[in-house]
Amino acid sequence: MNSEYKSDGRLERVLRSGRFAVTAELNPPDSADPDEVYQAALVLSEVCDGINATDGSGAHCHMSSVAICALLTRAGYAPIFQVSCRDRNRIAIQGDVLGAAAMGVSNVLCLTGDDVTAGDQPQAKRVFDFDSIQLLRTIKIMRDEGKFLSGRKLTTPPRLFLGAASNPFVPPFDWRPYRLAKKIEAGADFIQSQYCFDVPRFRQFMQKVRDLGLHEKAFFLVGVGPLRSEKTAEFMRTKVPGVHIPDAIVERLRKTPKEKKVEEGKRICVEIIQQVREIEGVSGVHVMAYRQEELVAEIISEAGLLPRPRIGGPVNNARPRRTHPVNGV
Amino acid sequence: MKFGQQLQRYPHFLERTYQLTYHLFKKLDPLIARIGYDRVDGWLRGPEDFAKRVVFDCHMCGQCILHSTGMTCSMSCPKNLRNGPCGGVRANGHCEVKPEMPCVWVQAYNRSLDMTVYGDELLNIQPPVNRQLEGSSAWINMLTGQDKAVPKAWPQMDIIPLAEK
Ligand code: SF4
Repeated sequence: MNSEYKSDGRLERVLRSGRFAVTAELNPPDSADPDEVYQAALVLSEVCDGINATDGSGAHCHMSSVAICALLTRAGYAPIFQVSCRDRNRIAIQGDVLGAAAMGVSNVLCLTGDDVTAGDQPQAKRVFDFDSIQLLRTIKIMRDEGKFLSGRKLTTPPRLFLGAASNPFVPPFDWRPYRLAKKIEAGADFIQSQYCFDVPRFRQFMQKVRDLGLHEKAFFLVGVGPLRSEKTAEFMRTKVPGVHIPDAIVERLRKTPKEKKVEEGKRICVEIIQQVREIEGVSGVHVMAYRQEELVAEIISEAGLLPRPRIGGPVNNARPRRTHPVNGV
Repeated sequence: MKFGQQLQRYPHFLERTYQLTYHLFKKLDPLIARIGYDRVDGWLRGPEDFAKRVVFDCHMCGQCILHSTGMTCSMSCPKNLRNGPCGGVRANGHCEVKPEMPCVWVQAYNRSLDMTVYGDELLNIQPPVNRQLEGSSAWINMLTGQDKAVPKAWPQMDIIPLAEK
């Protein structure tokens, strides 16, 4: 096993080789049927280097992120395990991280999490025992020092590529790059951003990121996604926490004839990918197509990002079985 | 509440007051030790809670980092974040969870810019909260060092320096 790498996963290899990476979000089913996960994964696996398994995003309950990861690794896919601080305390989270790693998960994305009030069960108790930075640091400690936060030793530490989120599009704007710096200091190896619909603002942000030298310390993947219509855009920017969509984009969709709206939304997404790709310090894109998975492949293909490189094995990167699970790293 | 909001417009004054109080407690430490930390904790809880609640809307986490967070109580953030704003801050700078409340971290950031003594500490990484200290006097915990007692595997230093501002 290559010791230069922190994980055994494909995403880290694609990024470290200097290639432009693509990740995509899998919409988790409201179902106990594994086939629904596999069907969604089948579409995504050919066009990306990592599949994000969301953890109750928008505070809506779906199949759990750790379970989706387990299903995906079993089938040889490369998932990104999303962990939010909203629902679980430090004891539960550290256990889940070990379990996920044991099942072959190589990537973890550490999130604060949307508040319970964003979902359909606002009566729930919010946990937030950790914040995302403490979560990052804790998993880094588990990986690099082979210990739980309490200092208790792990017999085999997890090998994980650590991710954090960033939202350059909401206040306090001047502080956002520093917040990113904190996350990288705490342990983030890669960053997946919130939806980017405002490229000029993103450029400004990346300028500061480069000034701070952060683009050399972590890989930055820009969040993108198609809008179905101006109504979706309006819904997202008013109801989904943290999404900023400039008026110009909403207008553009409004002016498009009804039957062409979906196509136009897709075109906007492709244009944004092409623009952010040119920005120094951007290492990839993260495609989130809520309820429009069928578009993900088209977007990635039209943005000229296919075929995906086959490093670290085929799309699947199931970790090689160890003969001596305790001694062999 | 009103009085508190007035005072919070002078973060530099508040950080000075904090600094003074800090040194005062350090001076009194031998005396407090003699009386017994637990005993003084008992006396202090009420008044400390009251004073800090009026000015800062304090939540008595027992490990005060007000001076490191722009003299703004980060436990007023509905998500209890200790290291900065979540990604849900509204375009007008208000909170994702409570639309009528300005985001604690937007305020913390703006106030920290006026703070010449501790302003930069906003960039420090804050360790996980010790929930066992909830409700106890942060001043006493400061004297006993309990407020800085981080989990065993957490880096044992007080602050983690970041990229220069
Ligand atoms: S918007 Fe600000 S105050 Fe509200 S939960 Fe997020 S960080 Fe906390």
